[in-house]
Amino acid sequence: MRFEHYEAGPFYDEMFDPRGQPRPGCALLARTLATIPDDEVLRRQRAAERALLHMGSTFNVYGHEEGVEKIFPFDMIPRIVPAAEWRLLERGLVQRARALNLFIDDVYHAQRVLADGVVPRELVESATSYLPACRGLDPPRGVWCHVSGTDLVRDRDGRYYVLEDNMRCPSGVSYVLQNRRVMKRTFPRVFEASRVRPVDAYPSQLLLTLQNVGPRDVAEPTVVLLTPGTYNSAYFEHSFLAQQMGIELVEGRDLAVRDGFVWMQTTRGLSRVDVIYRRIDDTFLDPTVFRRDSMLGVPGLMDVVRAGRVALANAPGTGVADDKVIYAYVPAIIRYYLGEDPILPNVPTFVCFDDKQREHVLSNLDKLVVKAANESGGYGMLMGPQATAAERAAFADRIREKPRNYIAQPLLGLSRAPTLVEGAVEGRHVDLRPYILHGDSIFVLPGGLTRVALRKGSYVVNSSQGGGSKDTWVLAAGGPNGGD
Amino acid sequence: MLSRVAEAIYWMGRYAERAENVARFVDVSFQVMLDLPEPLGDPWAGVVGATGDEALYAARHGTATRDGVVRFLTFDAGSPNSILSCLRKARENARSVREVISSEMWEQINKWYLLVRDASTDQAVLDDPHDFLTEVKQASHLFVGIAALTMSHGEGWHFGRIGRLLERADQTSRIVDAKQALLLARPSELGASLDEINLSALLRSVSALEMYRKRHGRIAFQTVIGFLLLEKMFPRSVRYCLNEARRSLHAITGQPPEAGDTIVPERLLGRLGAEYEYASVDEVLAEGLHEHLDRLQSKLNEVGLAISQTFFAVRPHVQEPPAARTAAPAPETAAAVAAQTTAAGPVAAASPPAPAPQPTGAAQ
Repeated sequence: MRFEHYEAGPFYDEMFDPRGQPRPGCALLARTLATIPDDEVLRRQRAAERALLHMGSTFNVYGHEEGVEKIFPFDMIPRIVPAAEWRLLERGLVQRARALNLFIDDVYHAQRVLADGVVPRELVESATSYLPACRGLDPPRGVWCHVSGTDLVRDRDGRYYVLEDNMRCPSGVSYVLQNRRVMKRTFPRVFEASRVRPVDAYPSQLLLTLQNVGPRDVAEPTVVLLTPGTYNSAYFEHSFLAQQMGIELVEGRDLAVRDGFVWMQTTRGLSRVDVIYRRIDDTFLDPTVFRRDSMLGVPGLMDVVRAGRVALANAPGTGVADDKVIYAYVPAIIRYYLGEDPILPNVPTFVCFDDKQREHVLSNLDKLVVKAANESGGYGMLMGPQATAAERAAFADRIREKPRNYIAQPLLGLSRAPTLVEGAVEGRHVDLRPYILHGDSIFVLPGGLTRVALRKGSYVVNSSQGGGSKDTWVLAAGGPNGGD
Repeated sequence: MLSRVAEAIYWMGRYAERAENVARFVDVSFQVMLDLPEPLGDPWAGVVGATGDEALYAARHGTATRDGVVRFLTFDAGSPNSILSCLRKARENARSVREVISSEMWEQINKWYLLVRDASTDQAVLDDPHDFLTEVKQASHLFVGIAALTMSHGEGWHFGRIGRLLERADQTSRIVDAKQALLLARPSELGASLDEINLSALLRSVSALEMYRKRHGRIAFQTVIGFLLLEKMFPRSVRYCLNEARRSLHAITGQPPEAGDTIVPERLLGRLGAEYEYASVDEVLAEGLHEHLDRLQSKLNEVGLAISQTFFAVRPHVQEPPAARTAAPAPETAAAVAAQTTAAGPVAAASPPAPAPQPTGAAQ
């Protein structure tokens, strides 16, 4: 693998500084990769892809022949995060998770944050992910967001920003675990020498987090993972996590509510369920409370949840913190609940709900990225600098029509990482999604999903739109590799 | 174990076994045609007739030709019992319980499915399917072996095994039924040597020729039928399948067979097994072979239905939720709960007999 023609370009490069020297922690990796002949690189890449296919590390592609699974494209040059950098991220993520959990609890109880004018009441109440049915809900141990995955990006100066908080059902952690297994096989020696912090503990940490919210009078609570079924695009992950934790993978039709408890239908009759790690959306949970047409949920479930006889992870209603407009208020939310300055900054955000900010957005559409409040996966966006005048005019109309639905941000020059493209190494834009578990304390998995936009120049890292992934190596402090 | 999971493993076993038996059936039909000195009537129509899918065949392919029949039974995705359809359903069931079966099992059933899917566009395979059909059989044996060696022999494994054994008993009876029509209908036309060709083919189709020779030597109609239905030790005979299915059923309920057959599927399977334990081939032939096999098949359906009602059926009207946290950890309670719920639920119609839609709903 040759780096002599590699150009870091006008973006922040994750591996090389502007003079072409490896960044702290990357020297050993760069040196080792450079010694591997090109054909050997290709051979290892193919072996890695084959291993992923055989492990079944796949996602379903909607609209294709049934049972067709594709592997999430995998790039074998890892992304390195030095120990000091990680410490900062970890502190920032813990702070953010704690504040957002308090915010959600407040929104569904006393609403002090609204009364004090920190977040406009109208904004919260008009959020489609705000669920009035959750008012007064007391999830066990006060935890709402047991599992979250926060998307981070770096701008040209290398500074990390929070792009969005995923407080509902963030997916992708199975790729973190599988990518790691494959990387250990692909580069065993450099892996060993680099002192990379392990990620294997995730399933047991997750299980502990889930057991922690079980009823206090049950010594070993029964935890299940609720999936929408085999046709869901993340079914592999559901199945993988259930297997790794050794818990039952259930569908809505396996569960029933009787006598105030949730039971699963087994070959030996009904068996009680204490904690549900659900991977279906809020509004599908219980057709008697939310969407009536939901076939995926369990009728009567919310009554049992309210009575505290079953715990849901994440609790319903947490999506209110994912609203892209409320996102703009997270720094204020952190200051309000914790009395601290945010450790990780937001991307500067203009809220079209506010008259002055909206005017600024409308007169600067050619410089901004506009996003809809409740879309994800890269949909419902306007990339101002790349859009045509007609597209911008059409979006301006939509903003005027429903200002509450839109925010705008400057276009960040996302950092790039060296990536194998047809046998050569080229820079591609990346982001980073670490996973956070909220039990009695908050655990951040040292690693995360580095998504990479494989198309040249593209900023879109989503798997549905040509994205791939890389293993993320968080280095241990004081390692021989200059981890610090 | 979750009812849905048990059901998926059961159907995974059934469909995998069915795929193997269709391969056996096509292979032996093909070979018999080669041995026949001159075409007798319309032999390929007889092959379709044996599957019971004549109407569907006629609708999809018209008159029975070699190519049409082989395609119908191997690669026709529109035929529910083609090898391809069976494997697709077996694989979809496996996919829905991937966290329960071993990853080696998943890998093998996946490879097996891909083998058939990739062959389905290859004209050379249709021209001479023997090698391909042999591969299908071997893939099946590999799957069974991998399951036996990589999955704990607990409840789930036994459900898969019951599915496989009930399916095998059913398929053996169908293969015998298909051939007996030819053997009994025209004895004079066929003559003794052709009889022997057909009987050998019948034995070969269930891999029984060599074992039969060791046991009986000379090939004769009566002993061949006796071997395929009533032989105690041969793993594809109906009697063997019933006995072993019964063992797995008792392993699931946790009751030793000598404790008696208390729940409905135990009782039905026990009674059917007992009949085969003590029947003689003369009695079978006196009843009429076809009539006897028909009755066997409907008894097997009843057993399947009872298993489904007892262990898989969703029971929306269970009167009392169990008081204990786990409904029935002790075997005797398990049986009681099962018996009670079988009687309770209006679920009979929900569980179709043998060529049933598989439970993942994937084929619909």
